[in-house]
Amino acid sequence: MGKSEEIERPIVVKAVHKSFGDQTVLNGIDLAVEGGETLTILGRSGTGKSVLLKLIIGLQEPDSGSIQIQGKEITGLALDELNEVRKKVGFLFQYAALYDSLTVGENVAFPLKRHAALSAAELKERVYELLSSVGMEQDLDKMPAKISGGMQKRVGLARALALDPDVLLFDEPTAGLDPITAREIGELILSLQEQRKRACIVVTHDIPNAKTISDRLALMQGGNILAEGTFKDLQHSPNEFVTRFLMNAS
Amino acid sequence: MTGYLIVFASAFSAAWMGLSGQLRSHKPAARTLLVTFFEWFGDLGIFCGRLARAAFVPPHEGREVIRQLDEIGTKSLPLVALAGAATGVVLSLELRGSLTIFGAKSLLPAIIIFSVVKESGPIITGLVVSGRVAAGIGAELGSMKVTEQIDAIEASAVNPYKFLAATRVLACVLMLPLLTLAADFCGILTGWVADTLVEPISLRLFLENGLKSVTFNDFLPPTFKTAVFGLIIGLVACFQGMRTKGGTEGVGRSATNSVVLSSLFIILADVFLVRLILVFFP
Repeated sequence: MGKSEEIERPIVVKAVHKSFGDQTVLNGIDLAVEGGETLTILGRSGTGKSVLLKLIIGLQEPDSGSIQIQGKEITGLALDELNEVRKKVGFLFQYAALYDSLTVGENVAFPLKRHAALSAAELKERVYELLSSVGMEQDLDKMPAKISGGMQKRVGLARALALDPDVLLFDEPTAGLDPITAREIGELILSLQEQRKRACIVVTHDIPNAKTISDRLALMQGGNILAEGTFKDLQHSPNEFVTRFLMNAS
Repeated sequence: MTGYLIVFASAFSAAWMGLSGQLRSHKPAARTLLVTFFEWFGDLGIFCGRLARAAFVPPHEGREVIRQLDEIGTKSLPLVALAGAATGVVLSLELRGSLTIFGAKSLLPAIIIFSVVKESGPIITGLVVSGRVAAGIGAELGSMKVTEQIDAIEASAVNPYKFLAATRVLACVLMLPLLTLAADFCGILTGWVADTLVEPISLRLFLENGLKSVTFNDFLPPTFKTAVFGLIIGLVACFQGMRTKGGTEGVGRSATNSVVLSSLFIILADVFLVRLILVFFP
Protein backbone atom coordinates (compact mmCIF):
# COMPACT_ATOMS: atom_id res chain seq x y z
CA MET A 1 0.00 0.00 0.00
CA GLY A 2 1.43 3.36 -1.06
CA LYS A 3 1.80 6.36 1.22
CA SER A 4 -0.93 8.32 -0.55
CA GLU A 5 -3.34 5.41 -0.17
CA GLU A 6 -2.52 5.27 3.57
CA ILE A 7 -3.70 8.84 3.95
CA GLU A 8 -6.74 8.25 1.78
CA ARG A 9 -7.85 5.13 3.65
CA PRO A 10 -6.68 5.27 7.30
CA ILE A 11 -8.79 2.24 8.27
CA VAL A 12 -8.72 -0.92 6.15
CA VAL A 13 -10.25 -4.21 7.33
CA LYS A 14 -9.80 -7.23 5.08
CA ALA A 15 -11.37 -10.69 5.42
CA VAL A 16 -11.48 -10.58 9.23
CA HIS A 17 -12.85 -13.61 11.05
CA LYS A 18 -13.54 -13.73 14.78
CA SER A 19 -15.21 -16.46 16.81
CA PHE A 20 -15.85 -16.98 20.51
CA GLY A 21 -16.00 -20.71 21.07
CA ASP A 22 -18.52 -22.12 18.60
CA GLN A 23 -20.07 -18.74 17.89
CA THR A 24 -18.82 -16.97 14.77
CA VAL A 25 -19.11 -13.23 15.29
CA LEU A 26 -17.27 -11.85 12.26
CA ASN A 27 -17.23 -13.88 9.09
CA GLY A 28 -14.66 -12.47 6.67
CA ILE A 29 -15.69 -8.82 6.97
CA ASP A 30 -14.17 -6.20 4.63
CA LEU A 31 -14.40 -2.46 5.03
CA ALA A 32 -12.38 0.69 4.48
CA VAL A 33 -12.81 4.24 5.72
CA GLU A 34 -11.35 7.23 3.93
CA GLY A 35 -9.72 10.22 5.60
CA GLY A 36 -12.37 12.70 6.80
CA GLU A 37 -15.15 10.19 6.23
CA THR A 38 -17.65 9.05 8.86
CA LEU A 39 -18.83 5.49 8.44
CA THR A 40 -21.71 4.38 10.63
CA ILE A 41 -22.14 0.70 11.30
CA LEU A 42 -25.67 -0.48 12.00
CA GLY A 43 -26.98 -3.89 12.83
CA ARG A 44 -28.93 -5.94 15.31
CA SER A 45 -27.49 -6.52 18.78
CA GLY A 46 -24.88 -9.29 18.87
CA THR A 47 -23.85 -8.96 15.22
CA GLY A 48 -20.25 -8.10 16.19
CA LYS A 49 -20.22 -4.32 15.72
CA SER A 50 -18.49 -3.57 19.04
CA VAL A 51 -16.15 -6.53 18.55
CA LEU A 52 -15.11 -5.04 15.21
CA LEU A 53 -14.17 -1.75 16.92
CA LYS A 54 -12.20 -3.62 19.58
CA LEU A 55 -10.33 -5.50 16.86
CA ILE A 56 -9.49 -2.23 15.10
CA ILE A 57 -7.89 -0.80 18.24
CA GLY A 58 -6.18 -4.09 19.10
CA LEU A 59 -8.10 -4.87 22.30
CA GLN A 60 -8.90 -8.24 20.76
CA GLU A 61 -7.05 -10.29 18.14
CA PRO A 62 -8.84 -11.51 15.01
CA ASP A 63 -8.70 -15.25 14.24
CA SER A 64 -7.62 -14.37 10.69
CA GLY A 65 -7.60 -11.46 8.29
CA SER A 66 -5.89 -8.11 8.13
CA ILE A 67 -6.49 -4.79 9.90
CA GLN A 68 -4.51 -1.74 8.85
CA ILE A 69 -4.46 1.62 10.60
CA GLN A 70 -2.77 4.32 8.52
CA GLY A 71 -1.21 1.61 6.42
CA LYS A 72 0.24 -0.25 9.41
CA GLU A 73 -0.83 -3.86 9.89
CA ILE A 74 -1.84 -4.20 13.55
CA THR A 75 -2.53 -7.92 13.79
CA GLY A 76 0.32 -9.73 15.52
CA LEU A 77 2.07 -6.52 16.56
CA ALA A 78 4.17 -6.44 19.75
CA LEU A 79 2.58 -4.39 22.56
CA ASP A 80 5.00 -1.46 22.19
CA GLU A 81 4.34 -1.17 18.47
CA LEU A 82 0.61 -1.60 18.99
CA ASN A 83 0.64 1.21 21.56
CA GLU A 84 2.28 3.50 18.99
CA VAL A 85 -0.66 2.80 16.66
CA ARG A 86 -3.18 3.25 19.49
CA LYS A 87 -1.89 6.78 20.06
CA LYS A 88 -3.30 7.63 16.63
CA VAL A 89 -6.73 6.25 17.50
CA GLY A 90 -9.36 7.86 19.76
CA PHE A 91 -11.98 5.53 21.23
CA LEU A 92 -15.26 6.55 22.87
CA PHE A 93 -16.63 3.61 24.83
CA GLN A 94 -20.31 2.72 25.07
CA TYR A 95 -20.66 3.99 28.64
CA ALA A 96 -17.71 6.41 28.39
CA ALA A 97 -15.54 4.20 30.69
CA LEU A 98 -14.22 7.17 32.66
CA TYR A 99 -11.79 6.24 35.44
CA ASP A 100 -13.81 6.35 38.69
CA SER A 101 -10.89 7.35 40.88
CA LEU A 102 -9.88 10.36 38.75
CA THR A 103 -11.61 13.71 38.30
CA VAL A 104 -13.00 14.82 34.94
CA GLY A 105 -9.85 16.86 34.30
CA GLU A 106 -7.55 14.02 35.32
CA ASN A 107 -9.42 11.66 33.01
CA VAL A 108 -8.74 13.92 30.05
CA ALA A 109 -5.15 14.49 31.20
CA PHE A 110 -4.52 10.72 31.53
CA PRO A 111 -3.28 10.04 27.96
CA LEU A 112 -1.64 13.48 27.70
CA LYS A 113 0.48 12.97 30.83
CA ARG A 114 1.82 9.72 29.44
CA HIS A 115 2.28 10.48 25.77
CA ALA A 116 2.60 14.24 25.27
CA ALA A 117 5.66 16.12 26.43
CA LEU A 118 3.81 19.02 28.04
CA SER A 119 4.69 21.23 30.99
CA ALA A 120 2.20 21.40 33.87
CA ALA A 121 0.85 24.73 32.59
CA GLU A 122 0.56 23.45 29.01
CA LEU A 123 -1.18 20.32 30.23
CA LYS A 124 -3.70 22.36 32.21
CA GLU A 125 -4.35 24.59 29.22
CA ARG A 126 -4.78 21.62 26.86
CA VAL A 127 -7.19 19.86 29.23
CA TYR A 128 -9.23 23.07 29.55
CA GLU A 129 -9.25 23.49 25.78
CA LEU A 130 -10.41 19.89 25.22
CA LEU A 131 -13.14 20.13 27.84
CA SER A 132 -14.26 23.49 26.39
CA SER A 133 -14.63 21.86 22.98
CA VAL A 134 -17.27 19.53 24.48
CA GLY A 135 -18.78 22.13 26.82
CA MET A 136 -17.50 20.58 30.04
CA GLU A 137 -14.87 23.10 31.18
CA GLN A 138 -16.95 24.04 34.27
CA ASP A 139 -16.84 20.45 35.57
CA LEU A 140 -13.08 19.99 35.54
CA ASP A 141 -12.81 19.01 39.21
CA LYS A 142 -15.92 16.85 39.47
CA MET A 143 -15.74 13.08 39.87
CA PRO A 144 -17.32 11.00 37.06
CA ALA A 145 -19.94 9.61 39.46
CA LYS A 146 -21.20 13.16 40.08
CA ILE A 147 -22.05 13.96 36.46
CA SER A 148 -24.84 12.67 34.21
CA GLY A 149 -24.52 10.00 31.51
CA GLY A 150 -24.55 12.60 28.74
CA MET A 151 -21.84 14.61 30.47
CA GLN A 152 -19.77 11.46 30.91
CA LYS A 153 -20.03 10.83 27.16
CA ARG A 154 -18.79 14.38 26.51
CA VAL A 155 -15.81 13.87 28.82
CA GLY A 156 -15.13 10.50 27.17
CA LEU A 157 -15.16 12.29 23.83
CA ALA A 158 -12.70 14.91 25.10
CA ARG A 159 -10.42 12.11 26.35
CA ALA A 160 -10.67 10.34 22.99
CA LEU A 161 -9.57 13.54 21.26
CA ALA A 162 -6.73 14.26 23.71
CA LEU A 163 -3.87 13.01 21.54
CA ASP A 164 -5.38 14.54 18.39
CA PRO A 165 -5.89 11.12 16.78
CA ASP A 166 -6.16 10.50 13.03
CA VAL A 167 -8.82 7.84 13.55
CA LEU A 168 -11.91 8.04 15.77
CA LEU A 169 -14.01 5.09 16.91
CA PHE A 170 -17.34 5.60 18.67
CA ASP A 171 -19.07 2.64 20.28
CA GLU A 172 -22.76 3.53 20.67
CA PRO A 173 -22.13 7.17 21.62
CA THR A 174 -25.80 7.83 22.35
CA ALA A 175 -26.69 4.57 24.12
CA GLY A 176 -28.66 5.09 27.32
CA LEU A 177 -29.26 8.81 26.70
CA ASP A 178 -32.56 10.64 26.38
CA PRO A 179 -33.43 11.79 22.82
CA ILE A 180 -32.43 15.42 23.42
CA THR A 181 -29.04 14.56 24.94
CA ALA A 182 -28.51 11.94 22.24
CA ARG A 183 -29.12 14.60 19.60
CA GLU A 184 -26.71 16.96 21.36
CA ILE A 185 -24.00 14.28 21.35
CA GLY A 186 -24.70 13.64 17.64
CA GLU A 187 -24.36 17.35 16.88
CA LEU A 188 -21.17 17.51 18.92
CA ILE A 189 -19.66 14.61 16.95
CA LEU A 190 -20.72 16.26 13.71
CA SER A 191 -19.22 19.64 14.61
CA LEU A 192 -15.96 18.04 15.83
CA GLN A 193 -15.80 16.01 12.64
CA GLU A 194 -16.36 19.13 10.52
CA GLN A 195 -13.47 20.86 12.30
CA ARG A 196 -11.05 17.94 12.42
CA LYS A 197 -11.92 15.79 9.39
CA ARG A 198 -10.75 12.44 10.77
CA ALA A 199 -11.52 8.91 9.60
CA CYS A 200 -14.34 7.94 11.87
CA ILE A 201 -16.37 4.79 12.58
CA VAL A 202 -19.56 5.08 14.62
CA VAL A 203 -21.39 2.01 15.87
CA THR A 204 -24.95 2.90 16.79
CA HIS A 205 -28.61 1.93 16.87
CA ASP A 206 -29.62 5.58 16.78
CA ILE A 207 -30.89 5.98 13.20
CA PRO A 208 -31.77 9.73 13.37
CA ASN A 209 -28.22 10.53 14.54
CA ALA A 210 -26.70 8.07 12.06
CA LYS A 211 -28.54 9.89 9.28
CA THR A 212 -27.14 13.24 10.41
CA ILE A 213 -23.51 12.40 11.12
CA SER A 214 -22.70 9.73 8.50
CA ASP A 215 -21.16 10.07 5.08
CA ARG A 216 -21.75 6.37 4.56
CA LEU A 217 -23.57 3.61 6.44
CA ALA A 218 -22.99 -0.13 6.58
CA LEU A 219 -25.52 -2.64 7.84
CA MET A 220 -24.07 -5.76 9.43
CA GLN A 221 -25.72 -9.15 9.50
CA GLY A 222 -24.33 -12.63 10.08
CA GLY A 223 -20.81 -11.34 10.77
CA ASN A 224 -20.52 -9.46 7.50
CA ILE A 225 -21.62 -6.30 5.73
CA LEU A 226 -25.05 -6.85 4.22
CA ALA A 227 -25.40 -3.46 2.56
CA GLU A 228 -23.51 -0.18 2.48
CA GLY A 229 -23.93 3.26 0.99
CA THR A 230 -25.45 6.62 1.85
CA PHE A 231 -28.61 6.77 3.92
CA LYS A 232 -30.63 7.26 0.74
CA ASP A 233 -28.95 4.27 -0.91
CA LEU A 234 -29.92 2.06 2.01
CA GLN A 235 -33.45 3.45 2.13
CA HIS A 236 -33.90 2.41 -1.49
CA SER A 237 -32.10 -0.91 -1.10
CA PRO A 238 -33.70 -3.85 -2.92
CA ASN A 239 -33.00 -5.94 0.21
CA GLU A 240 -36.16 -5.97 2.29
CA PHE A 241 -34.26 -6.54 5.57
CA VAL A 242 -32.29 -3.31 5.04
CA THR A 243 -35.32 -1.12 4.44
CA ARG A 244 -37.23 -2.82 7.25
CA PHE A 245 -34.31 -2.29 9.64
CA LEU A 246 -34.11 1.43 8.87
CA MET A 247 -37.85 1.84 9.15
CA ASN A 248 -38.22 -0.09 12.42
CA ALA A 249 -35.20 1.53 14.00
CA SER A 250 -36.34 5.07 13.17
CA MET B 1 5.38 -33.53 59.80
CA THR B 2 1.79 -34.68 60.30
CA GLY B 3 0.89 -31.11 61.20
CA TYR B 4 2.31 -29.84 57.90
CA LEU B 5 0.38 -32.50 55.99
CA ILE B 6 -2.86 -31.52 57.71
CA VAL B 7 -2.27 -27.85 56.89
CA PHE B 8 -1.47 -28.66 53.23
CA ALA B 9 -4.43 -30.98 52.89
CA SER B 10 -6.89 -28.49 54.36
CA ALA B 11 -5.41 -25.63 52.33
CA PHE B 12 -5.57 -27.65 49.13
CA SER B 13 -9.16 -28.70 49.69
CA ALA B 14 -10.20 -25.15 50.59
CA ALA B 15 -8.49 -23.78 47.45
CA TRP B 16 -10.25 -26.42 45.43
CA MET B 17 -13.60 -25.41 46.89
CA GLY B 18 -12.90 -21.70 46.30
CA LEU B 19 -12.03 -22.30 42.65
CA SER B 20 -14.92 -24.62 42.06
CA GLY B 21 -17.22 -21.82 43.20
CA GLN B 22 -16.29 -19.97 40.01
CA LEU B 23 -18.01 -22.55 37.92
CA ARG B 24 -21.61 -21.83 37.14
CA SER B 25 -22.71 -25.40 37.07
CA HIS B 26 -23.73 -26.77 40.44
CA LYS B 27 -22.45 -30.26 39.74
CA PRO B 28 -19.44 -29.92 37.45
CA ALA B 29 -17.63 -33.01 36.33
CA ALA B 30 -14.41 -33.84 38.17
CA ARG B 31 -12.50 -33.42 34.93
CA THR B 32 -13.81 -29.88 34.45
CA LEU B 33 -12.81 -29.04 38.00
CA LEU B 34 -9.31 -30.33 37.43
CA VAL B 35 -8.96 -28.36 34.19
CA THR B 36 -10.25 -25.21 35.91
CA PHE B 37 -7.81 -25.70 38.77
CA PHE B 38 -4.77 -25.98 36.49
CA GLU B 39 -6.07 -23.27 34.15
CA TRP B 40 -6.23 -20.90 37.12
CA PHE B 41 -2.58 -21.51 37.99
CA GLY B 42 -1.59 -21.29 34.32
CA ASP B 43 -3.37 -17.95 33.94
CA LEU B 44 -1.77 -16.74 37.17
CA GLY B 45 1.65 -17.63 35.75
CA ILE B 46 0.95 -15.68 32.55
CA PHE B 47 -0.33 -12.77 34.63
CA CYS B 48 2.87 -12.77 36.74
CA GLY B 49 5.00 -12.80 33.56
CA ARG B 50 3.18 -9.79 32.08
CA LEU B 51 3.29 -8.00 35.41
CA ALA B 52 7.04 -8.55 35.83
CA ARG B 53 7.70 -7.26 32.29
CA ALA B 54 5.51 -4.20 32.89
CA ALA B 55 6.93 -3.45 36.34
CA PHE B 56 10.58 -3.27 35.36
CA VAL B 57 10.29 -1.34 32.11
CA PRO B 58 10.25 2.49 32.47
CA PRO B 59 8.42 4.85 32.62
CA HIS B 60 7.16 4.02 36.11
CA GLU B 61 3.90 5.18 37.66
CA GLY B 62 5.41 6.90 40.72
CA ARG B 63 2.34 8.97 41.59
CA GLU B 64 0.03 6.00 41.42
CA VAL B 65 2.40 4.02 43.68
CA ILE B 66 2.23 6.83 46.28
CA ARG B 67 -1.57 6.88 46.03
CA GLN B 68 -1.66 3.12 46.55
CA LEU B 69 0.77 3.31 49.48
CA ASP B 70 -1.71 5.64 51.14
CA GLU B 71 -4.72 3.56 50.13
CA ILE B 72 -3.23 0.24 51.23
CA GLY B 73 -0.94 1.36 54.05
CA THR B 74 -2.28 4.43 55.81
CA LYS B 75 -5.90 3.42 55.54
CA SER B 76 -5.21 -0.10 56.87
CA LEU B 77 -3.28 1.23 59.87
CA PRO B 78 -6.22 1.68 62.30
CA LEU B 79 -7.54 -1.81 61.59
CA VAL B 80 -4.12 -3.44 61.87
CA ALA B 81 -3.33 -1.53 65.07
CA LEU B 82 -6.64 -2.61 66.60
CA ALA B 83 -6.12 -6.25 65.61
CA GLY B 84 -2.57 -6.16 67.02
CA ALA B 85 -3.81 -4.57 70.24
CA ALA B 86 -6.54 -7.19 70.65
CA THR B 87 -3.97 -9.95 70.13
CA GLY B 88 -1.75 -8.52 72.88
CA VAL B 89 -4.63 -8.41 75.36
CA VAL B 90 -5.81 -11.93 74.51
CA LEU B 91 -2.29 -13.36 74.81
CA SER B 92 -1.84 -11.73 78.20
CA LEU B 93 -5.22 -12.97 79.48
CA GLU B 94 -4.80 -16.50 78.16
CA LEU B 95 -1.17 -17.04 79.13
CA ARG B 96 -1.28 -15.64 82.67
CA GLY B 97 -3.41 -18.52 84.00
CA SER B 98 -1.40 -21.26 82.27
CA LEU B 99 1.97 -19.83 83.27
CA THR B 100 0.82 -19.43 86.89
CA ILE B 101 -0.07 -23.14 86.97
CA PHE B 102 3.45 -24.04 85.78
CA GLY B 103 5.08 -21.51 88.10
CA ALA B 104 6.52 -19.53 85.19
CA LYS B 105 4.54 -16.28 85.59
CA SER B 106 7.73 -14.22 85.36
CA LEU B 107 8.10 -15.38 81.75
CA LEU B 108 4.84 -13.67 80.73
CA PRO B 109 6.43 -10.49 79.22
CA ALA B 110 8.95 -12.55 77.25
CA ILE B 111 6.28 -14.92 75.92
CA ILE B 112 3.95 -12.08 74.94
CA ILE B 113 6.75 -10.24 73.11
CA PHE B 114 8.11 -13.40 71.45
CA SER B 115 4.67 -14.49 70.39
CA VAL B 116 3.65 -11.08 69.02
CA VAL B 117 6.92 -10.39 67.21
CA LYS B 118 7.55 -13.85 65.80
CA GLU B 119 4.11 -14.99 64.70
CA SER B 120 0.96 -13.28 65.95
CA GLY B 121 1.85 -9.80 64.66
CA PRO B 122 2.89 -10.88 61.15
CA ILE B 123 0.09 -13.37 60.53
CA ILE B 124 -2.64 -11.14 62.01
CA THR B 125 -1.39 -8.25 59.84
CA GLY B 126 -1.35 -10.47 56.76
CA LEU B 127 -4.89 -11.73 57.32
CA VAL B 128 -6.37 -8.38 58.29
CA VAL B 129 -4.82 -6.63 55.28
CA SER B 130 -5.89 -9.52 53.10
CA GLY B 131 -9.48 -9.01 54.26
CA ARG B 132 -9.48 -5.25 53.71
CA VAL B 133 -7.13 -4.73 50.80
CA ALA B 134 -7.64 -7.88 48.71
CA ALA B 135 -11.40 -7.40 48.75
CA GLY B 136 -10.95 -3.75 47.84
CA ILE B 137 -8.55 -4.40 44.97
CA GLY B 138 -10.57 -7.36 43.68
CA ALA B 139 -13.79 -5.32 43.66
CA GLU B 140 -12.18 -2.15 42.27
CA LEU B 141 -10.35 -3.83 39.40
CA GLY B 142 -13.31 -6.14 38.79
CA SER B 143 -15.60 -3.16 38.49
CA MET B 144 -13.10 -1.42 36.19
CA LYS B 145 -12.99 -4.54 34.04
CA VAL B 146 -16.76 -4.89 33.60
CA THR B 147 -17.23 -1.15 32.93
CA GLU B 148 -14.49 -1.25 30.23
CA GLN B 149 -12.20 1.09 32.19
CA ILE B 150 -9.32 -1.36 31.80
CA ASP B 151 -10.01 -1.50 28.04
CA ALA B 152 -10.00 2.32 28.05
CA ILE B 153 -6.56 2.33 29.70
CA GLU B 154 -5.27 -0.05 27.02
CA ALA B 155 -6.92 2.02 24.29
CA SER B 156 -5.02 5.04 25.66
CA ALA B 157 -1.79 3.13 24.87
CA VAL B 158 -1.06 2.62 28.58
CA ASN B 159 -0.20 -0.81 29.92
CA PRO B 160 -2.83 -1.68 32.59
CA TYR B 161 -0.45 -4.19 34.15
CA LYS B 162 1.93 -1.31 34.86
CA PHE B 163 -0.64 1.27 35.91
CA LEU B 164 -3.06 -0.90 37.87
CA ALA B 165 -1.36 -4.12 38.94
CA ALA B 166 2.34 -3.30 39.42
CA THR B 167 1.56 -0.23 41.53
CA ARG B 168 -0.78 -2.13 43.84
CA VAL B 169 1.50 -5.15 44.20
CA LEU B 170 4.49 -2.90 45.00
CA ALA B 171 2.46 -0.94 47.55
CA CYS B 172 1.35 -4.18 49.24
CA VAL B 173 4.94 -5.49 49.39
CA LEU B 174 6.25 -2.23 50.88
CA MET B 175 3.45 -1.60 53.36
CA LEU B 176 3.02 -5.04 54.93
CA PRO B 177 6.29 -4.98 56.95
CA LEU B 178 5.53 -1.43 58.14
CA LEU B 179 2.00 -2.39 59.16
CA THR B 180 3.45 -5.41 60.96
CA LEU B 181 5.63 -3.09 63.03
CA ALA B 182 2.51 -1.17 64.02
CA ALA B 183 0.70 -4.40 64.95
CA ASP B 184 3.72 -5.57 66.98
CA PHE B 185 3.94 -2.24 68.81
CA CYS B 186 0.23 -2.21 69.70
CA GLY B 187 0.26 -5.89 70.68
CA ILE B 188 3.17 -5.45 73.07
CA LEU B 189 1.72 -2.25 74.52
CA THR B 190 -1.73 -3.71 75.20
CA GLY B 191 -0.11 -6.95 76.43
CA TRP B 192 1.62 -4.82 79.07
CA VAL B 193 -1.60 -2.87 79.85
CA ALA B 194 -3.56 -6.12 80.37
CA ASP B 195 -0.72 -7.54 82.46
CA THR B 196 -0.31 -4.46 84.62
CA LEU B 197 -4.04 -4.22 85.29
CA VAL B 198 -3.91 -7.64 86.96
CA GLU B 199 -0.51 -7.27 88.58
CA PRO B 200 1.09 -3.82 88.31
CA ILE B 201 4.44 -3.81 86.49
CA SER B 202 6.24 -0.83 84.96
CA LEU B 203 6.51 -0.68 81.17
CA ARG B 204 10.28 -0.44 81.49
CA LEU B 205 10.51 -3.63 83.56
CA PHE B 206 8.03 -5.40 81.27
CA LEU B 207 10.15 -4.53 78.22
CA GLU B 208 13.44 -5.34 79.97
CA ASN B 209 12.13 -8.78 80.94
CA GLY B 210 10.56 -9.38 77.58
CA LEU B 211 13.33 -8.13 75.33
CA LYS B 212 16.19 -9.67 77.33
CA SER B 213 16.58 -12.64 75.03
CA VAL B 214 15.10 -11.22 71.83
CA THR B 215 17.66 -10.81 69.05
CA PHE B 216 17.43 -9.27 65.59
CA ASN B 217 17.04 -12.79 64.21
CA ASP B 218 13.83 -13.13 66.20
CA PHE B 219 12.54 -9.80 64.97
CA LEU B 220 13.70 -9.02 61.43
CA PRO B 221 12.95 -12.23 59.47
CA PRO B 222 9.35 -12.57 60.76
CA THR B 223 8.73 -8.88 60.04
CA PHE B 224 10.15 -9.02 56.53
CA LYS B 225 8.38 -12.28 55.70
CA THR B 226 5.21 -10.19 55.55
CA ALA B 227 6.56 -8.65 52.34
CA VAL B 228 5.79 -12.10 50.85
CA PHE B 229 2.27 -11.86 52.31
CA GLY B 230 1.98 -8.47 50.60
CA LEU B 231 3.11 -10.00 47.32
CA ILE B 232 0.48 -12.72 47.66
CA ILE B 233 -2.31 -10.23 48.48
CA GLY B 234 -1.36 -7.92 45.60
CA LEU B 235 -0.91 -10.68 43.03
CA VAL B 236 -4.02 -12.67 43.86
CA ALA B 237 -6.30 -9.62 44.18
CA CYS B 238 -5.08 -7.94 40.98
CA PHE B 239 -5.25 -11.23 39.10
CA GLN B 240 -8.79 -11.98 40.28
CA GLY B 241 -9.91 -8.41 39.61
CA MET B 242 -8.47 -8.14 36.11
CA ARG B 243 -10.00 -11.41 34.94
CA THR B 244 -13.50 -10.56 36.17
CA LYS B 245 -16.35 -11.63 33.93
CA GLY B 246 -20.12 -11.44 34.25
CA GLY B 247 -21.18 -7.98 35.46
CA THR B 248 -21.84 -7.12 39.09
CA GLU B 249 -22.13 -10.77 40.05
CA GLY B 250 -18.64 -11.29 38.70
CA VAL B 251 -17.33 -8.30 40.69
CA GLY B 252 -18.69 -9.81 43.91
CA ARG B 253 -17.15 -13.16 43.03
CA SER B 254 -13.77 -11.53 42.36
CA ALA B 255 -13.82 -9.70 45.68
CA THR B 256 -14.72 -12.87 47.60
CA ASN B 257 -12.19 -15.02 45.77
CA SER B 258 -9.48 -12.43 46.32
CA VAL B 259 -9.96 -12.57 50.09
CA VAL B 260 -10.43 -16.34 50.33
CA LEU B 261 -7.49 -17.24 48.12
CA SER B 262 -5.04 -14.64 49.42
CA SER B 263 -5.81 -15.56 53.06
CA LEU B 264 -5.35 -19.20 52.22
CA PHE B 265 -2.06 -18.67 50.40
CA ILE B 266 -0.81 -16.48 53.26
CA ILE B 267 -1.40 -19.29 55.75
CA LEU B 268 0.21 -21.76 53.37
CA ALA B 269 3.19 -19.48 52.71
CA ASP B 270 3.60 -18.91 56.44
CA VAL B 271 4.25 -22.64 56.92
CA PHE B 272 7.09 -22.53 54.38
CA LEU B 273 8.48 -19.22 55.59
CA VAL B 274 8.57 -20.25 59.25
CA ARG B 275 10.44 -23.40 58.26
CA LEU B 276 12.80 -21.37 56.05
CA ILE B 277 13.47 -18.85 58.82
CA LEU B 278 14.22 -21.66 61.27
CA VAL B 279 16.76 -23.08 58.80
CA PHE B 280 18.53 -19.82 57.96
CA PHE B 281 18.13 -17.98 61.30
CA PRO B 282 18.25 -20.76 63.89
